[in-house]
Amino acid sequence: MLLRHTTTEIKERKALTVNPAKTCQPVGAMYAALGVHGCLPHSHGSQGCCSYHRSALTRHYKEPVMAATSSFTEGSSVFGGQANLLQAIDNIFTIYEPEIIAVHSTCLSETIGDDLGQIVAKAKDDGKVPEGKHVVQAATPSYVGSHVTGYANMLEAFVKYFSFNTNEKIRQVNMLSGWVEPSDMRELKRMAGLMDLKTVLLPDTSDVLDTPMTGKYTMYPKGGTTVEEITSMGNSMATVAMGDFATRKAAIMLDNKCKVPFKMVDIPIGLKATDRFVQAMALAGKVSVPDVLTEERGRLVDVITDMHQYFYGKRVALYGDPDNLLPLIEFLVDIDMKPVYVVSGTPGKAFSKKALEILAEKVPEAKVQNGASADMYLLHQWIKQEGVDLIMGNTYGKYISRDEGIPFVRTGFPIVDRIGHSYFPTVGYTGGIRILERILGALMDKIDATAPEESFELVM
Amino acid sequence: MPKRDYTNGLPDPAELKEELLKKYPRKVAKKRAKSMVTNNPAESKEILANVRTVPGIITQRGCTYAGCKGVVLGPTRDIINLVHGPIGCSFYAWLTRRNQTRAMEGDPNFITYAFSTDMQDENIVFGGEKKLKEAIREAFENFHPTSIGIFSTCPVGLIGDDVHSVARDMKAELGINIFGFSCEGYRGVSQSAGHHIANNGIFKHVVGNEDRERTGKYQVNLLGEYNIGGDAFEIEALFEEIGVTLISTYSGNSTVESFAYSHTADLNMVMCHRSINYIAEMMEEKYGIPWFKVNFIGAESTAKSLRKMAEYFGDSEMIAKVEEVIAREMLKVKAVAEAVKPKVEGKLAMMFVGGSRAHHYQDLFRELGVKTVSAGYEFAHRDDYEGREVIPSIKIDADTRNIEDLVVTKDDTRYREDLAEKKAKLEESGYEFKDYKGMMPDMQKNALVIDDVNHWETEKLIEFYKPDIFCAGIKEKYVVQKYGVPLKQLHSYDYGGPYAAFGGAINFYKEMERMLATDVWKLVDAPWKHEPEIVGCVTVDA
Repeated sequence: MLLRHTTTEIKERKALTVNPAKTCQPVGAMYAALGVHGCLPHSHGSQGCCSYHRSALTRHYKEPVMAATSSFTEGSSVFGGQANLLQAIDNIFTIYEPEIIAVHSTCLSETIGDDLGQIVAKAKDDGKVPEGKHVVQAATPSYVGSHVTGYANMLEAFVKYFSFNTNEKIRQVNMLSGWVEPSDMRELKRMAGLMDLKTVLLPDTSDVLDTPMTGKYTMYPKGGTTVEEITSMGNSMATVAMGDFATRKAAIMLDNKCKVPFKMVDIPIGLKATDRFVQAMALAGKVSVPDVLTEERGRLVDVITDMHQYFYGKRVALYGDPDNLLPLIEFLVDIDMKPVYVVSGTPGKAFSKKALEILAEKVPEAKVQNGASADMYLLHQWIKQEGVDLIMGNTYGKYISRDEGIPFVRTGFPIVDRIGHSYFPTVGYTGGIRILERILGALMDKIDATAPEESFELVM
Repeated sequence: MPKRDYTNGLPDPAELKEELLKKYPRKVAKKRAKSMVTNNPAESKEILANVRTVPGIITQRGCTYAGCKGVVLGPTRDIINLVHGPIGCSFYAWLTRRNQTRAMEGDPNFITYAFSTDMQDENIVFGGEKKLKEAIREAFENFHPTSIGIFSTCPVGLIGDDVHSVARDMKAELGINIFGFSCEGYRGVSQSAGHHIANNGIFKHVVGNEDRERTGKYQVNLLGEYNIGGDAFEIEALFEEIGVTLISTYSGNSTVESFAYSHTADLNMVMCHRSINYIAEMMEEKYGIPWFKVNFIGAESTAKSLRKMAEYFGDSEMIAKVEEVIAREMLKVKAVAEAVKPKVEGKLAMMFVGGSRAHHYQDLFRELGVKTVSAGYEFAHRDDYEGREVIPSIKIDADTRNIEDLVVTKDDTRYREDLAEKKAKLEESGYEFKDYKGMMPDMQKNALVIDDVNHWETEKLIEFYKPDIFCAGIKEKYVVQKYGVPLKQLHSYDYGGPYAAFGGAINFYKEMERMLATDVWKLVDAPWKHEPEIVGCVTVDA
């Protein structure tokens, strides 16, 4: 047994987290910053933070992930990290020549009380920021929230720094995306394109974390939201923000600073969340929904009805990030699956409340927990108490899956034991079909592997 | 990329060095220049190593915590490694190093678990000791471990949490072995500080705790072998066949239980000198166990290491057995090498990794006729480059002083005078102990040796040398590969391995055949790249 010490009996834990369903803020800030063109993320802390975050992102995306670090030592931890950051800014602009440095803090620099804003201002005063170049900063203490929080803080920092309302309203809709794959970002833009909408997507990791092999390495690939685009977000008609935990802060910032109204929707995962996204976009851009999208929707519904008999009543355990889980469990409920266990390490009461609302009618027996001690150890214990037919979540679920013999669909972050997940969207109607195809495949693979020979079937 | 011809030796990289340094601000250039050495095996040259990375430089290096928890203690399966800090540090060190372990049914194995106190802002403000104690209690109640290690992350030292006093209190309360590590990320200039701290902690709190009866005629420890991709399994099998009892491995496929009686070994063999030489030194001082450097990466090196071990024990039966095993295995190894070599011979390799692998893997490449044109370590010290004889001349800076140097004294009752005598006698006949000569003497003239290579330098090195293969880690992998140069991860082996010992050498040869003789990299250019543009026209039939 891989997880041989996991017991069926649940003892209350107040202080110990075992097998977390979250990680820390800075990695989210790093991912968000990679979705801005010409930007080099910078980790203001020990080298290990930057190294771990780059490794985690690289293992998931299988692409170069560049970021610099303030390389704190004992001295900087005692005397403050100002000298390190000033030197880092100077070195980065000299050696790596980005357009933007996006600095995020760490538990170390936050604990010693480094004031990023003040240090960056000093860098500017000292002439360490070349003309036309930018240093954006976000506080991302690792002991608050989760990686999703860090993502949200970095997004907010970008719009706070760049977006500007020049009183010339442009026919443009802002899209703020929660943490999804580069292919998902591409899909969001494609859908907006079908609606004939001019949009700015922030962040946009397509063409950054899925770049083609050309025989040449480009440190700042062609993708990423540009400075001009982020600036122009202040003049847009409206913002559609996808995912409360990851994008609300930036949406509010745009509203407060630039008076761009926003509509919060879920990340468009599954049928209804995509419906709401499409409607929000149509409303924001004052356009009608094109037939081609209605047809895409129809295809998804068609696939749902085709597959329904295999999904009906199947119990599912899920773990991951709030913005991704909420629309996903809604989708599972819509196809008559039963998301009986849901866990997220990211704190915030709104998550459990919303999840339970989604589940109240059709899956009243569901257990939902997030925040402290809501970890994969607890999820596994629930599964041991009463089993499930499917597990959905990041790579780490494979240990439970193998021990318990339960089909497993990888989704979320990180997925480090497979390649290809970042190339196929799971958002939108088309992405919905992909999710269903993978769920059905996982369920049927188990049946094919375990069915007695006499009932081994060819045709569905 | 047009290939360079290095059949008559490597070119002087002076121009390359100049280009590398030109880009840096003056002070940075001055520092980096000392970490780049044009090798000449005939003369000793000093390299600047184990010094701080300049802030803003995109380095390969990680932190002290990574070296302590991630590298040294991570592979040990019967201990709960509890990370005291915000969640990230525990999360990133959770199963990410491919340390394989073989726990028998019913034996404890906590490697698949990540344990954290998940510190929140109130713990940072009001202190985290209470939460740490509670977490230890909960770990004990849930998992019943016999030992718990506490690993400090950056904020812990700063807010004044005393993990050592918590460990003492909880040890008394729960009656199991509990000990702490002050391995905050910022403690040292790289992972290396963490290795040292881990060595100290294990030595202080575990080694010597159990005086187990002898179980074999010849008992050894293997130090600095982390069982990535099953390397240690290969070596274990060899030892077993030869009739040597492996007491403990630090720390691949290991248990704290075995560390506790590892002082009952007759010999310590050191694989990764950088990460583990401290324990070898301390065990010799306290218990009189001699140590020497071995290398099981590369078939020839494996044979050499086995022979040295047999010579140490001086048992004619063992010597004969070793020769028998070598003869048998070399037949298999040579058959594969002969098949692979014609396809890869003369290709160029570069490796920038670790504290020993960048050296060890050159042996494997040499067996295939692949030339190492440039290499360096990520976190090594001068002795790993230049040899242990430079240790007395290494400047002790503030960062080094920061790490406790344990004062170890002779254990009068358990000191092995017999081994000390054996050592003295063998030394008289020219047999070498504590014998690491470093990477540079084994490298070609004009090979460029670079410590703590960074992103900028990596790019330029690739453009200059146009290597056929680059060895480094995950952060470098896809950067290098975008250039059309395959990268072999020597930290994690890219899901591959084992590469140690004879069986491992065969695996590595085959892997090099895959990587160096494949045509997939030639698929990069679209067929229309070199064809004239298709001329556009307005009418269909024009």
